[in-house]
Amino acid sequence: MTVHPASSNPAAHVEQTNAGLTITLAGDWIRANTLPDFGPLIAAMQRANAVHLCGEGINAWDSSLVNLALQLHREGQRQGIALTTELPPGAEKLLALATSVPPIATKTVDTSLAARLAAINPLGWAERVGRDVASLFEFIGALLSALASGIAGRARVRLTDLLQMAYQTGPNALPIISLSSFLVGLILGYLGAVQLQQFGAGLYVANLVTVGVLREMGALMTAVIIAGRTGAAYAAQLGTMRVNEEIDAIEILGVSTMEFLVLPRVLAVVIMMPLLTLYADVLGILGGGIVASGLGISPLQYWTQAQSSLGLDHLLVGLFKSVLFGALIGIAGCRAGLNAGRDSAGVGRATTEAVVVALIYLIVADAAVNILCQLLEI
Amino acid sequence: MRTGIAVKDLTLAYGDRIIQQDLTFNVEPGDIFVIMGGSGCGKSTLLRNMLGLETPTQGDVQYDGESFLRASAPERRLMRLNWGVTFQQGALISAMTLAENLSLPLELYTSLSAQERKELIDLKLSLVGLGGYESYYPSEISGGMRKRAALARAIMLDPRYLFFDEPSAGLDPLSSRRLDALIRSLAESLGATVVMVTHELDSIFSIATRAIYLDNQTRTLLDAGTPSELRDNSEHAVIREFLNRGGERSLTSNKEAP
Repeated sequence: MTVHPASSNPAAHVEQTNAGLTITLAGDWIRANTLPDFGPLIAAMQRANAVHLCGEGINAWDSSLVNLALQLHREGQRQGIALTTELPPGAEKLLALATSVPPIATKTVDTSLAARLAAINPLGWAERVGRDVASLFEFIGALLSALASGIAGRARVRLTDLLQMAYQTGPNALPIISLSSFLVGLILGYLGAVQLQQFGAGLYVANLVTVGVLREMGALMTAVIIAGRTGAAYAAQLGTMRVNEEIDAIEILGVSTMEFLVLPRVLAVVIMMPLLTLYADVLGILGGGIVASGLGISPLQYWTQAQSSLGLDHLLVGLFKSVLFGALIGIAGCRAGLNAGRDSAGVGRATTEAVVVALIYLIVADAAVNILCQLLEI
Repeated sequence: MRTGIAVKDLTLAYGDRIIQQDLTFNVEPGDIFVIMGGSGCGKSTLLRNMLGLETPTQGDVQYDGESFLRASAPERRLMRLNWGVTFQQGALISAMTLAENLSLPLELYTSLSAQERKELIDLKLSLVGLGGYESYYPSEISGGMRKRAALARAIMLDPRYLFFDEPSAGLDPLSSRRLDALIRSLAESLGATVVMVTHELDSIFSIATRAIYLDNQTRTLLDAGTPSELRDNSEHAVIREFLNRGGERSLTSNKEAP
């Protein structure tokens, strides 16, 4: 039997003898040519007790030839058929290399719908969430313990680290906080103006902006920006330290990572958040004033009206939120960084996780504080 | 009393994947003990388990007769006082200068004055040939210098045990040999027991007093002895070949193993 490809050059001739099956290859066994179908050759093997692969007629070859030899070798192993080869020396060497280490059992993945549905396993998902929540509380407990040690003067918190983190979190963030809070005030002003003007109550834009910014948007928008900026930076810093084994070295030295790495970062963001929020409040109210001036409200009228709604309770609720948000951002960022894998992809995942988790924490915490304030009539 | 390190029936795994199983060996006081084997055989994982950075599936590690794995956190902290560890990349804290890095163990575990700490830091940096580099950050010095600075940090408290994870990785041959000589010299001077993970033959033959070979096919400890004994007399062809030819063995190892 001779198997001829459409474009001639490489050919395989199969001959059955008493000694076994001989497959003789000829022509140019290179990728650029159309190779004979391996199927009939492998099928022919099944009727033999020994196979000899002869390549004496080969002019040129590349990996295509070694591939055929390897396929025959594997089939021979599966069928228990002895395969001998007589190929060009380079191809013989490559075949020897390819067959020197037997392949491991192929990992099979069940892609059926039933298997995929089983993999969803809502109980497993709930278990993971439960474990994650438990680990979060464990982290918070360790952080509070480190804070207590810090207050008692026993913790190893480096003041220089704390100041550096505070500087990065606070003053360095002022430009972006300025822009965002001013524009949030402006947006709130426009939103209110459109509605209030229908009732001839355009002046109350000042109340809406002031209460909205002080109580809600000042803290929330600042927190969103700090989560993206500082929380992600914390995760990247600690994740990189994990990859570089710096955290292992710190643990081996007996230094608490919670005191040495986490506490200064969380404290820095907790300290800077209320200050940034106050700054954002001022700029937000200013942004609303710009809208008011467009409605024909004088700056004095706007300020007088804003003052009437400028309650201490609104301010304190906003500041309380900012402290809470700061702690949550710090916790999400540091936790993601410390739990990062030991490869560079782990740092990327940790950074993403820090931001996503922080945003979820912020929304949940904001809703909880608002409900609490409603219940307490604050 | 110093009785060295005893590793007993240690099994290491990541999830369901067994890395090494039933590892049992002793490191005698004063040994320069090398854990060797091909890439991916679990050498560094074994070291991390011995250091308590990862938890083995089963087994125990004892230092001077006391179990480290079963010790409480404060007991572990006390035991770690006797250790000096350097990691593959040095693992100096990047936000701190070399002096601050070296000062950390002194601040934690001693009541030395700032001046005394400064003098000790100067001494240890000079011992590793980095005198005058106190105010440099790790990013401002070369990879080889970082490893030497990490060695200086590891010997700050004059430890009984020194651990090295691939100390020569990423260094040129000359720097590697100098680092080997430095490790041997410091270990002898301090009377420290050294446990080192490496697959560099030059390092193994130049400083190791004893060695074990971890096999990545059988996932077990195949043999232990001095490097020369293992090279010449090991009953396992894979070890003789590893110690004679090094990296060339990897592709054909499992064919030729006895």
